[in-house]
Amino acid sequence: MSEKMALKLQVNGAERTVQAWPMARLLDVIREDLGLTGTKEGCGEGECGACSVFLNGKLVNSCLVPAVQCNGAKLETIEGVSPTSTDGAQLHPVQEAFLRCGGAQCGICTPGMVLAAVDLLKRCPDPDEEQVRDGLSGNLCRCTGYVKIIDSVLAAAKSASPDGAKAVAK
Amino acid sequence: MAKLEQVGHSRLRKEGRAKVTGAAIYTDDATMPGLLHGATVRSQVARGRIKGIHFGEGIPWEDFVIVSAKDVPGENRVAMIVLDQPFLADTRVNHPEEAILLLAHADRVLLEKARAAVTVEIEEEPAVFTIEASLAAATVVWGEDNVFKKVSIRKGEVDAAWASATHVVEGTYGTGAQEQLYIEPHAVIAKVTAEEGVTVWGSLQCPYYVHKALKHLFNEPDDRIRVIQMETGGGFGGKEDYPSLISGHAALLSMKAGGRPVKILYDREEDMVATTKRHPSKTRVKTAFDADGKMLGLEMEFLLDGGAYVTLSPVVLSRGAIHAAGPYYWPAVAIEAKALATNCPPHGAFRGFGAPQSLFAIERHLDVAAARIGMDPVELRRKNLLRIGDVMATGQVVKEAVDLPGIMDRALEKLDYHGRKARYAGSNAGTDPIKRGVGFAVFMHGCGFTGGGEAYLASVAGVEGTADGKVRVLAASTEIGQGTNTMFSQVVAEVLRVPMDLVEVQQPDTKLVPNSGPTVASRTCMVVGKLVQDAAVGLKQIIIQAGLLREPYTADEFQAAVAAYVAAFGSLKAYSQYSTPPHIVWSDETYQGDAYGTYAWACYAADVAVDTRTCEVAVTDFVALQEVGRVINPTLAEGQIEGGVAQGIGYALWEKVEWRNGRMANAQMTNYIMATSADLPRLRVYFEENPNPMGPSGAKGIGELPMDGPGPAILNAIQDALGTDAPREIPLTPELLMDCLEARHV
Repeated sequence: MSEKMALKLQVNGAERTVQAWPMARLLDVIREDLGLTGTKEGCGEGECGACSVFLNGKLVNSCLVPAVQCNGAKLETIEGVSPTSTDGAQLHPVQEAFLRCGGAQCGICTPGMVLAAVDLLKRCPDPDEEQVRDGLSGNLCRCTGYVKIIDSVLAAAKSASPDGAKAVAK
Repeated sequence: MAKLEQVGHSRLRKEGRAKVTGAAIYTDDATMPGLLHGATVRSQVARGRIKGIHFGEGIPWEDFVIVSAKDVPGENRVAMIVLDQPFLADTRVNHPEEAILLLAHADRVLLEKARAAVTVEIEEEPAVFTIEASLAAATVVWGEDNVFKKVSIRKGEVDAAWASATHVVEGTYGTGAQEQLYIEPHAVIAKVTAEEGVTVWGSLQCPYYVHKALKHLFNEPDDRIRVIQMETGGGFGGKEDYPSLISGHAALLSMKAGGRPVKILYDREEDMVATTKRHPSKTRVKTAFDADGKMLGLEMEFLLDGGAYVTLSPVVLSRGAIHAAGPYYWPAVAIEAKALATNCPPHGAFRGFGAPQSLFAIERHLDVAAARIGMDPVELRRKNLLRIGDVMATGQVVKEAVDLPGIMDRALEKLDYHGRKARYAGSNAGTDPIKRGVGFAVFMHGCGFTGGGEAYLASVAGVEGTADGKVRVLAASTEIGQGTNTMFSQVVAEVLRVPMDLVEVQQPDTKLVPNSGPTVASRTCMVVGKLVQDAAVGLKQIIIQAGLLREPYTADEFQAAVAAYVAAFGSLKAYSQYSTPPHIVWSDETYQGDAYGTYAWACYAADVAVDTRTCEVAVTDFVALQEVGRVINPTLAEGQIEGGVAQGIGYALWEKVEWRNGRMANAQMTNYIMATSADLPRLRVYFEENPNPMGPSGAKGIGELPMDGPGPAILNAIQDALGTDAPREIPLTPELLMDCLEARHV
């Protein structure tokens, strides 16, 4: 495993091929090779969830996934949550709720938290507070005490259109 | 007063859209052509003499940039309060994470191998790791007696109180170190060239602290140093002084690399072991009460572990000592406080800044005292809470109409404190191994710098008009998640009576913004917000006097007038500088006077469930009620309180730093435990508004306050649940609580 490999990925809907070390962390491939810096590193050991992404539709800590396991995979990052979100035109209902309810403070956990919330609402479209607390417990936030994050997710669940939810990580 | 259009409304976070989309650029998200990565070789030994540095086999050392103390062009000391901490250790080390050598390379993997291949030969010397050992001074590791700073606060004759007292109650209390755990670790990029001087981009709270440190390090004038704050993923005080050190490191590497930019990014473990934590404390309290529970006298010894270098310990000690008497009227006070040297990495600023430690001691002690003298802790406090006209420990007279008994009663009512206390007394008598209890703490937090600090800073903030007629805020005060950008925008929009989208906030850059002081001490809203408000009024006056605007005006007219002024005169700027109001008087020599311009006041109440089989404590309900002047933005203000309370609950119960010879042994998020969403109840936040003239539209400081209350409130609730006053230390981990309970059964 001493040579770089060609890694083919479908990234936020687009086909991409990068040269990566087989044991490179998916997180580094995303940030450095794909140039998608919305995915953050908080701990590098799968505890904080700041690096959460969808890999073949499953939420993973990208700091724990080696590149070699991702060939041919479908990858969905924060940049792909709402197809036009980075130009400010349209936010995903979860992003909109985080903005309106004060779910983001320093913002470093926010991309991972938004994806965790999207994942939760896919599995559980109408959660109660306890289900949200449980569903987000793999993502750490040091700023908010989680109250406004939970309110954001509950608000998003109320407002989310079926199309909004479907747009993400099928 | 005119109706407020902006202040008091939950305007959306200015940079919120960039944060929820992942578009916000933090330091590690930025890159530059030719970028090198930097790494730090550390002591590993707590104290000793450096004998040699050895470079191992198998590394192409000629490809590396290597910096040692010999490469420092200016002063090899971090400019803070005392010039004692080196950027790079030269002859000796004083803590196990002290930086000795810096390496840079384009390949991060090779860089890590190289760091591991360097060995530093150190002749070990005896070291000191605890407050007790430092105070005993059998081994002296700093100065003549290990004492960084002493503070004495005296009021009346405390010795007379013991003689006249019906009850004298004594106790000893302790608090542990607390790790910052902002989710973005420290990160900086530096570029040093002959043409442009030193430029640093970083995750930091205080651009001008870094500016000052780099000036001394490089021996360069002001205009050859430029510090730019990037989006910052949490600070809490942890990015107050440490960025000066790490910025210096990156800049030294860039200088040695011939001007190539160098990024230093700490991984989580390095951030946890090497950077600043909350000061551990020990406090001895002795109190005298008359037969009715009136306070007669308070004697306190308040000790902080400052770590190996002075850094901010003197001012942390000062705030802790001033808050130590709590929000009570004591006729006589004798507080002796010391910040002590140990061979741990320096402890530093962390939300609350000494006050959480001393307020834990006094607020925990009052419940211990209430039990000893057979009084209800509510009534004991009610008899003694500060009222208007009362004289505080430093001689400060309470001049604002604060209603502390009312704040206490309303917080307790929100929790149903009395009802639950009675019910739990019944249910706890049964066989259920889960015991429940309620507890609370009443406290205050001084807004802005302590004593003469604001006068010394003499901060400046400004606003400028833009070519398209908007107003841009110019301040070095940083957005670190707490809402600076939004708060400034609301204050300016309010005073100019224009919409929020006509106000921009300049990203702090020492080339573009004046020194509005550090982003610390619950001062950004009250002190700097007021300066920004005054500057905005000044800007408006300029365009009115130029004949371009007349009151009353519409937003469009205002925008057109600003644009017209900028077109005609090239630029439109207005500044405001802090000057101490004449009624605020302070003496650093006697520690007498107005310690703070004003205080935020609060009562926090907790409901806990203790599993007596496992000794686990769950916080099942939490009420945080506070008077913070005018609330500028309810959503942001609630967010500040909720986040601070969550940190405070962790501080009380889970967040334990395991020390091994001055090193943090549990430097991972796996084994240093902070709250997840599943660990906390819904934190209930209430504001009482009593506008104060110190701040913009009546706002006071808010950021640190919520750190002060949870510790004592939770431990007081545990006392209520278990019927023992033994828990006196935080974090009260299950292991420590088990020790307390077993000791009771001996």
